[in-house]
Amino acid sequence: MPAAANVSERAVPGAAPIPASAGWTRRLASARTGGLGVLALVLATLPWVFPNNYFFEVAILVALNAIVCVGLNLLIGYAGQISLGHAGFYALGGYGSAILAARGDWPVWLSMPAAVAAVGALAWLVGRPTLRLKGHYLAMATLGLGVIVSIVLSNEDRWTGGPDGMAVPPLVLFGRAVQGEPLWYGIVGVGLWLTVWFALNLIDSPIGRALRALHGSEVAAETVGIASAQWKLRVFVQSALIAATAGALTAHYAGFITPAKASFLHSVELVIMVVFGGMASIWGAVVGAAVLTLLPQFLTVLKDYEMMAFGAILIVTMVFFPRGIVPTLQRLLSRSRR
Amino acid sequence: MGEQWAQFVAAGLTSGAIYALVALGFSIVYNASHAINFAQGEFVMVGGMAAVSLVAAGLPLAVAVLLAVAVAGVVGLGVEKLAIEPAQRSGKADVVTLIIITIGVALFLRGVAQVLWDKRVHPLPAFSGTEPIAILGATLVPQSLWVLGGTALAVLALGWFFSRTLYGKAMRATAVNPLAAELMGISTRGVMLASFALAAMLGALGGVLTAPITFTSYDVGVMLGLKGFAAAMLGGLGSFGGAVAGGLLLGLLESLGAGLLSSAYKDAIAFVVILGVLFFMPGGLVGARRSERV
Repeated sequence: MPAAANVSERAVPGAAPIPASAGWTRRLASARTGGLGVLALVLATLPWVFPNNYFFEVAILVALNAIVCVGLNLLIGYAGQISLGHAGFYALGGYGSAILAARGDWPVWLSMPAAVAAVGALAWLVGRPTLRLKGHYLAMATLGLGVIVSIVLSNEDRWTGGPDGMAVPPLVLFGRAVQGEPLWYGIVGVGLWLTVWFALNLIDSPIGRALRALHGSEVAAETVGIASAQWKLRVFVQSALIAATAGALTAHYAGFITPAKASFLHSVELVIMVVFGGMASIWGAVVGAAVLTLLPQFLTVLKDYEMMAFGAILIVTMVFFPRGIVPTLQRLLSRSRR
Repeated sequence: MGEQWAQFVAAGLTSGAIYALVALGFSIVYNASHAINFAQGEFVMVGGMAAVSLVAAGLPLAVAVLLAVAVAGVVGLGVEKLAIEPAQRSGKADVVTLIIITIGVALFLRGVAQVLWDKRVHPLPAFSGTEPIAILGATLVPQSLWVLGGTALAVLALGWFFSRTLYGKAMRATAVNPLAAELMGISTRGVMLASFALAAMLGALGGVLTAPITFTSYDVGVMLGLKGFAAAMLGGLGSFGGAVAGGLLLGLLESLGAGLLSSAYKDAIAFVVILGVLFFMPGGLVGARRSERV
């Protein structure tokens, strides 16, 4: 057994080194294997404790947002490139698949990957000039891209149904429409687990180290042979692909899509989830998405005061935990352990 | 044809003047803190809504307008004191954190406006009648002249403030080098406070000047803030002349684009322009080329 473990450790050089002698207990306790196990356990247990469909609906919403945020965190947290326009990719994934299916009579199992691939190509195209920019200029450019997408979606009503949105055909698999909250919960739950697994592996791979290196200093990264422009573009496209996938899933699950999905406010919400949960922390993105998706559900009790409360909570957490919730808690835990 | 052009230019300059005021606010705060204040558009809303309420409370229009600008100034001070200063004092507040905090402030102010007023659209009475006047072939509402005149006056006053007064010079010194400014005895905290108050008052001025034409509501700040940000970028972030030029240019391009190309895409024009500029000349129109020090 130790021999096999050694080989797999070597396949991912530099990943958190786990001595072979420590065996599988240590491995389970690691953030990667253990965390993925816990996530799988939580995702599998929740349906048994949900009292009604509303809980499934909220859980699906949480999982979809978490998928987008894990992808977005690769870009913002690890590569250090902000995007204030990711809702654009998210909405384009949804609209693309919806338009192909509704107006072009494509089967949904084909329209979804086609739309996602098209969004990836678009991200690659606009990413090249955009990612040369830094700081506020990058923020402005991504913001501009997002706003343009949202205006186009509201205006091209022949295709998109305009500001009122459009109906989206259901996903049909093996001759049957995929319907009902528990089934969709299963799909997005597996989707979330796969996304987290992919992201955790990515950041512990040479690609992840290259991203963190160029986050620290692009010039230093270039001098040790990291083609920073290329890696930034790749992670940008990857996060756009993830956002588009989540967008397409959302559209076919809800059966309806509106241009609000592409709005600046939605882009900002996604970034807030990432920063609130913790930049450069995969679990932070999941926690941030969960907390900030659940919060408005509770705040609806406050009705008119909802937006005010949301703003206030945001200010207070950012002032006191500028690193985000999860990294702050991790630090507190490790300090108390010592 | 000539008349049509004159009309486009007049409309463009009017909305451009507001963008210029918002862009100036962005640049002033950026110079003091190197942060983008995403609540800048909300100051426009605060100014307009406060003026509407004060007029409704029976105050004369002129008093209401001045008071509304002052109210926004106080809100600006409060934002700096309660949100920005604690964040910077706690140490590690990088640019992204500050951006998120100002977005939080924007949401909070919008939420307060929703509660304090409502979600409806409110008009403000025009400053001097609504009888259209013809100038150089363009037909204008008198309020447009108020917008242009008020903006010009504000820009001149600002120019005088930054070049002739000790406080203005202190703010410029802080923008160039905060540490050196502090060593010369300038209170950089005071400069931050003054910058937010000034930015808020400029935004509010834009809000009250334009409220009789475009009306105002709790959410007018969103688009205005984004376009003001684009205008500030267009002129080169941190440059005052650039902010004014960027605002006017954006207004003109928008009105010409809406008139000649497509009015449905009026709001997109600003962002297409700014993307073109960023992709092909990333320092802005006025901004100098800088090389990064490692």
